[in-house]
Amino acid sequence: MPLDSPLLQHLARRSEAIAIPLIALAAGFILFALFLLLQGQSPANYFALVYKAGFGTAFSWQNTLTRASPLILAALCVALPARLGLIVIGGEGAIVLGGVAASAFAMFFPGATGLVGLLLMGASAAAMGALWIGLIGLMRYGRGVNETISSLLMAYIGVALMNHLVEGPLRDPSSLNKPATYPLSAEQRLGSLPGLDIHWGLVIGIVSCFLVWILMTYTRWGFSARVAGGNVRAAQVQGLPVGILIVGFTALGGAFAGLAGMVEVAAVHGTANASLASGYGYTGILVAFLARHNPLVIIPVAVLLGGFEAANGLVQRRMDLPDATVLVLQGFVFISILISETLYGRIRLFNPEHWKITPATMRENS
Amino acid sequence: MTHIEKKTHSAIGIEVIGMTMRFGSFTALNQVSLKIPPGHFHALLGENGAGKSTLVKCMMGFYQATEGEIIVNGRQAEILAPQDAHALGLGMVYQHFTLAPSLTAAENLLVSRRDASTVIHWSQEKQKLTDFLGTMPFTVPLERKVYALSAGEKQKLEILKQLYLGCHFLILDEPTSVLTLSEADEVLGLIRQLCQAGQITALMISHKFREVTTYADEVTILRKGERVGQGQTSQLSVAEMATMMVGKPVTQNIYERQPHTPVPVLSLENICCEDRSGLKSIEIDSLNVCAGEIVGVAGVSGNGQVELMEVLTGQRSLQAGGIYVQGEPFRATREEAFKHNVRFLPEEPLHNACVSGMSVKENIALRDFDRDPQQKRLFWLKKRLMRSRSAQLVTDFNVKTTSLDTPIESLSGGNIQRAVLARELTGKVDLLIISNPCFGLDFSAVADIRDRIMQARNAGAAVLLISEDLDEIMELSDRVLVMSEGQITYESPIEQTTLEQIGQHMAGHRTTAWIN
Repeated sequence: MPLDSPLLQHLARRSEAIAIPLIALAAGFILFALFLLLQGQSPANYFALVYKAGFGTAFSWQNTLTRASPLILAALCVALPARLGLIVIGGEGAIVLGGVAASAFAMFFPGATGLVGLLLMGASAAAMGALWIGLIGLMRYGRGVNETISSLLMAYIGVALMNHLVEGPLRDPSSLNKPATYPLSAEQRLGSLPGLDIHWGLVIGIVSCFLVWILMTYTRWGFSARVAGGNVRAAQVQGLPVGILIVGFTALGGAFAGLAGMVEVAAVHGTANASLASGYGYTGILVAFLARHNPLVIIPVAVLLGGFEAANGLVQRRMDLPDATVLVLQGFVFISILISETLYGRIRLFNPEHWKITPATMRENS
Repeated sequence: MTHIEKKTHSAIGIEVIGMTMRFGSFTALNQVSLKIPPGHFHALLGENGAGKSTLVKCMMGFYQATEGEIIVNGRQAEILAPQDAHALGLGMVYQHFTLAPSLTAAENLLVSRRDASTVIHWSQEKQKLTDFLGTMPFTVPLERKVYALSAGEKQKLEILKQLYLGCHFLILDEPTSVLTLSEADEVLGLIRQLCQAGQITALMISHKFREVTTYADEVTILRKGERVGQGQTSQLSVAEMATMMVGKPVTQNIYERQPHTPVPVLSLENICCEDRSGLKSIEIDSLNVCAGEIVGVAGVSGNGQVELMEVLTGQRSLQAGGIYVQGEPFRATREEAFKHNVRFLPEEPLHNACVSGMSVKENIALRDFDRDPQQKRLFWLKKRLMRSRSAQLVTDFNVKTTSLDTPIESLSGGNIQRAVLARELTGKVDLLIISNPCFGLDFSAVADIRDRIMQARNAGAAVLLISEDLDEIMELSDRVLVMSEGQITYESPIEQTTLEQIGQHMAGHRTTAWIN
C-alpha cells in the first residue's frame, strides 16, 4: 500500500491509541514480575493462578464479571469528566452514597418493587451520585477549586457520611456486629441474568458504556465537551456553554458511580454497610486511564482488572501473598500508563505527518 | 560584602558596536551601535519587534550576536552567558517581577546571591543588608513578605537587588508597565537620581515618550532591527521620535473599497472592566463599528487590547456598560453569535481558536458542528456533512494539510490561520472581530489573510481589527482608533490622519496636563 493511502494513514493514526496502552500494560506487568521475583515468588505461577481463578472456568468468569460491573460504572465517572480535561478521582464517594441512597429508598418505600421500584431505586442512587460529583464540577467552574483534590477529599467525606448514616439514622437495630441498613426484601433485589450467576449490573454497565459512547461520538454535547476539554478558550470564543458542560458531565459521571453503589446494594450485599467502600472507585480510575477514557474500551479493561481482583483470594491462599499484592500490580500499571502519556505524537510510525519528511515537502507545508 | 567589593563601586560605561543578530534568514538586529557613558540614563524606543529585546538579550549573554562587539569600561568584553554579564556588573530588571512572593524582601535579596553560604548567619547578614541599604537613596521594608509590597516597592526591590548583587549597569525592560503612573514616576526618578550620583548607568526599554523625555538623557530608536535615530532627549521632539519609531508610510491603499451606508452593527457603551493585573481598568465610553467598515484599533501591546477582545468574546465580565450588536444586547453566547452572524478571529489561532489535538476537519467544524445546512440546531452530529464541508473549505481557502484527519497542531501557522479563516468567513458575516491576525506569519499568508478580511468588508461585514501592527492598521482600516492605558484616546478617519499622529497617541502622549 502506498504511504499516502488514506486507509493506511487512518489505520496508523488509530493504532497509536491501542498500541501505547498495551505497551504500558506490558511494562507494568514486567515491573510487577520483577517485584514478585524479589519476593522469591514465581511470576509465571502468579499469572497462571490469575488465569485460572479469573478466566479459567465458567465459575471464575462469573466471579470476574460480577466484579467488572462496578468497575465499568466507576470508570465512567472518571472518563466523562476526563473529556473536559478534568481528573476526577473521587468516584468512591459517589458509589458509597449511591448505595446508601438506594438502601434508604428501599427502606422508605418498601412497596416499590419490581422493575418500576428498581428503576426508581436506581434513579435515587444516580441522583445522589450526580449531586456529589456535580458539586465538584460546580466548585471547579465557579471557584476554580482543583477537582482532583476536591473529589478525593469528598470521597473521604462520602465514606464518613455513609458510616454515619449506616451506624446511626439508617441502622437496622438487628445488625449487631456489622452495622448495616435494613436488608432489602427479596422483591427489591436485583436478580441474576437468566441461566447465569451474574447479576444484572453487568448489563447496566455495558449499556451505560454504549450510551456514553453514543453521547460522546455522535451528539452535539459530546463534541462540545471535547472542544471545551481540548481548549477552553476556543470553546468560549465559540460561545459554548462551558459551565453547563463541566457541571453536566461531572454530574453524569457521578450518576453512573451512584448507580454502581445501587447495584452493589441491590445485587451483592442486600444492605448498605461499610463493605461498600471496597475500592472499586479507585480501581475504576485505573480502568478509565487504561481505556484512554474510551467508553467502549472500558468494558474489556474492566473485565481484565476484574479478573485480577477475582483471583486475589486464590493467589493469597496458594502463594501466601498478602491481598495488597493486587494493589502493587495496579500501582505499577498505573505508573506505566501515566508515563506512556508522554509518548503520544512522538512515535513516527503512528503519525503520518512525520512520514517521508523531505526538504521539498517541508517547504510545501510551510 | 566581599562579593561587591570585587567589582567597581561606580557606574559602568558601555559601548555596543555594529551589533547584528540573525535568526536563520531573518535579521532581527542590523548593525546597531550605541554608546552610554557612565552615569547616563539611556532610553531604547521602538515598536514591538523592532529589535529592542534582541539587543539587550545580546548584551546580557542570552543570545550570541552574529556580529558586533561590546566594550565595557573601555575594554572589549566577551559575554557568552548571562553569568559573564553578571561578572562584568551588568544586571537586568524585567517587565515582570522575578521575586519570590512568599519570602521577605531581605530573604529575596539574600537568595539572589550566587555566593550565599549554605548556613546563613541571619543577624550578621541583616546587619550587612542594613548597612548596604544605608548607602542607597531609597529603601523598602526589609522584613515584609514580597506579596504584601506594592508594585512600586517590588520594582524598587528589583533595582536594589541588582545593586546588591554588584551591578552598576542596569538594563530595565519596560520597568513601569506594571506600575501606576505615580509609582512609575517615583521609580524612574530614583533611577535618574542613582545615575546622577554616578552609582549606575541605565538602559531602559520603553514605549512611552513621556518617560523618555522626562527621565532619560539620550535615546536610541530602533525600527525593524535598524537604528533609525539617536540623540539627546532634550534636542528631539516627541513628533520627531514618533516619526522615527513608526517610520514612513510605506503601504498605499491597494484595495478596492466598496462604499456602504453607515449602519451601526457593533456598539460599546460606557464599558468598564478590570485589566489582567486587576490593578487598572479598561474604560471605553463609546465605540461603534458600521457595516462595510473596518475600524482599526491601534496601540502598543498591554494597553487593554487583550482585555477588549476578551470582553467581546465573552471571556471577561463587564463591570459596567453594555455591548450591543444590531441594536440588541450581546453577551457572546452561541445563539447570539449565530443570530447576528458574529465571527471571531482571535490572535494566536492555535492557542485561542483551535483545539490542538483535534483534526483539521473537526477544527473547521468548530463553529457550525451543531447546525444543519438550514442553520437549524442539531442534536446528532452529521459526520458526513462535516467531512464534505471541511473538504470544500480546505480547497477553497488553500489550506495545506496531509489529510482532513491530521491534528491541526501539525500544520504551519499560516495554514492554521487559513483553516480558521475558512471556518469563520464562510456564509453571511455581519460582524467580524479580529485580533492580530497576521502575527508571526510569512508574507504570502499575510497577503492572503488581509485579502480575505477586505473581501468580508466589501461584502458588508462590520470589521473591528485590533492590531499591534501599524502597517496592518494603515493598510486595512477605514477608521482608526488608538488605545492607550485602557482607553480610546484617539479616533480619526484613515484619510485624515498620519502615522505620526497615531504613533504619538500610541505612545501615551496626550496633553501636558495629563503628564502633570
